Amino acid sequence: MLAFVLTLVLLLSIVIVLAYAERKVAAFMQDRLGPTEAGPYGSLQSVLDVLKLLQKEDIVPAAADKSLFKLAPILIFAAVFAGFAVIPFTPDLVPAGIGIGVFYLLAIISLDVVGLLMAGWGSNNKYAMLGAMRSVAQIVSYEIPAGLAILAAVMVCQSLDFQEISYQQGALMNQFPGLEYEMNWLFGIRDLGINTTTIGGITTWNIFRAPILLVAFVIYFIASLAESNRAPFDIPEAESELVAGFHVEYSGFRFAALFLAEYSMMVLVSLVAVILFLGSWNTPLPNIGPVSLAYWTTGTVGELSSILWGGFWLLSKTFVLLFLQLQIRWTYPRLRVDQLMHLCWKVLTPIALAVVLIAGIWRLLMI
Amino acid sequence: METKTIKHKSGFWDVVKSLVSGLRLTWKHFRNAKNRRTPEYVSDKNYFNQPDGLVTLKYPYEALPVPDNGRYRLHNEIDDCIVCDLCAKVCPVNCITIESVKATEEIGVTSDGTKKRLYAPVFDIDMAKCCYCGLCTTVCPTDCLTMTPVYDFAEVDIKNMIYHFTDLTPEQAEEKRQLLAKQQEEMAAAKAAALAARKQ
Repeated sequence: MLAFVLTLVLLLSIVIVLAYAERKVAAFMQDRLGPTEAGPYGSLQSVLDVLKLLQKEDIVPAAADKSLFKLAPILIFAAVFAGFAVIPFTPDLVPAGIGIGVFYLLAIISLDVVGLLMAGWGSNNKYAMLGAMRSVAQIVSYEIPAGLAILAAVMVCQSLDFQEISYQQGALMNQFPGLEYEMNWLFGIRDLGINTTTIGGITTWNIFRAPILLVAFVIYFIASLAESNRAPFDIPEAESELVAGFHVEYSGFRFAALFLAEYSMMVLVSLVAVILFLGSWNTPLPNIGPVSLAYWTTGTVGELSSILWGGFWLLSKTFVLLFLQLQIRWTYPRLRVDQLMHLCWKVLTPIALAVVLIAGIWRLLMI
Repeated sequence: METKTIKHKSGFWDVVKSLVSGLRLTWKHFRNAKNRRTPEYVSDKNYFNQPDGLVTLKYPYEALPVPDNGRYRLHNEIDDCIVCDLCAKVCPVNCITIESVKATEEIGVTSDGTKKRLYAPVFDIDMAKCCYCGLCTTVCPTDCLTMTPVYDFAEVDIKNMIYHFTDLTPEQAEEKRQLLAKQQEEMAAAKAAALAARKQ
């Protein structure tokens, strides 16, 4: 229960910051000022937005399928929020450390699609329906390259446990039960003979441990943009065509829940990208001889220092990815439906299949 | 004519290059966000030349200066007004309403030496109707009606867009009307008396 509350509070504060950052970053990239009035530099803007949404009337359209309409936002948010249960925030803090975390995450996020379809169908509105269908088509399609990219990482790590994957990517690897005698080699090639187990830092991140995962990371990142309906894959809520996609009929608290779910999805996919590819809560600084930067910036497991360092590194890496998502939104034009599907099925999926194969071979080099 | 062959860039690295250059562009704008446009006058050499940074001004707090002789809101200097009604006559949208009352004696002189003989119990300009043509200011014989550089005078209630320039209270106006009526009565009586005297 404590984990639930803590995760919810953490998530809400990240989303508030993210919504503010989205508006400021968008404004700065378009040479505007963004919010300036509410609080210093407009920093209370998103808090006030949420308060405004909560005060608004909760309108259920007369022609809507009421039960579906009312349930959809809760289901969508619950699906995304449930995904946070397996995310390890620090070396010894994970809401629910289950052994098949990756599998669970992929499964629970797929539930999101059901919610979207319920929202679109329940609204009884052609824009909402079209938005929901586009959204579902896109998310279902992009789950394949995303899943294959994750599979590549899982094959290299030989684990479905997010915490085990996290430990493997740092100098603390041998402290995880079951990994006491594992070793990391530079680029994952044992024959090079350079042992990086105690060097840690960026050299043991998955994208360095098996450089093929860099490709997997790019594929996963592109697919994750599509999964969270972010530009340039935002045709489900293409402002100029569909008003706002599947949540066009929602107002007040239900809209706030959908909005929250959308931003939580962005945070979640970025967290997963960081954990699977960018070293999780591990520091990027390696130990260099006597200058053990990695140990200094990791802290001792089980103490407050490791919680602070771990949380700091995980969140800062996540925010870098989130910033990239925002920047991409204001840089690239929206893809057409056929271009979107072309990119998914004819480009990303074949590359992802090849990456899975190469990742399997790479794993053989690592042992 | 010289013909140029257009090289289509569609290879993998060309695509990557163009994607990166797009990101670089937005990143440049993001980094330059610390620079702000400054509210400069149009004659300033930087007015049309803003190489980078945010272009928005926080309007109510900052605003581009307007010319000193800007022709926006009308103002009537009622002390100089001889209530000649020319402005109301020339106004193409009839936004000026004037009522005049003859004075019983000379009221005074305007700043340019013209004698004032009329009171103006009503001198209203409806700025909501005004089309800012400036004709009223051109015909004004004493230059009391002018346009000012004030342009931000929006109101919540449209009735507040009617500007009242009269310097008389309704009671004073009524008093002047009665004075005039009394004087006219006296004059009529005097005239009748003179007429009667001539007939005899």
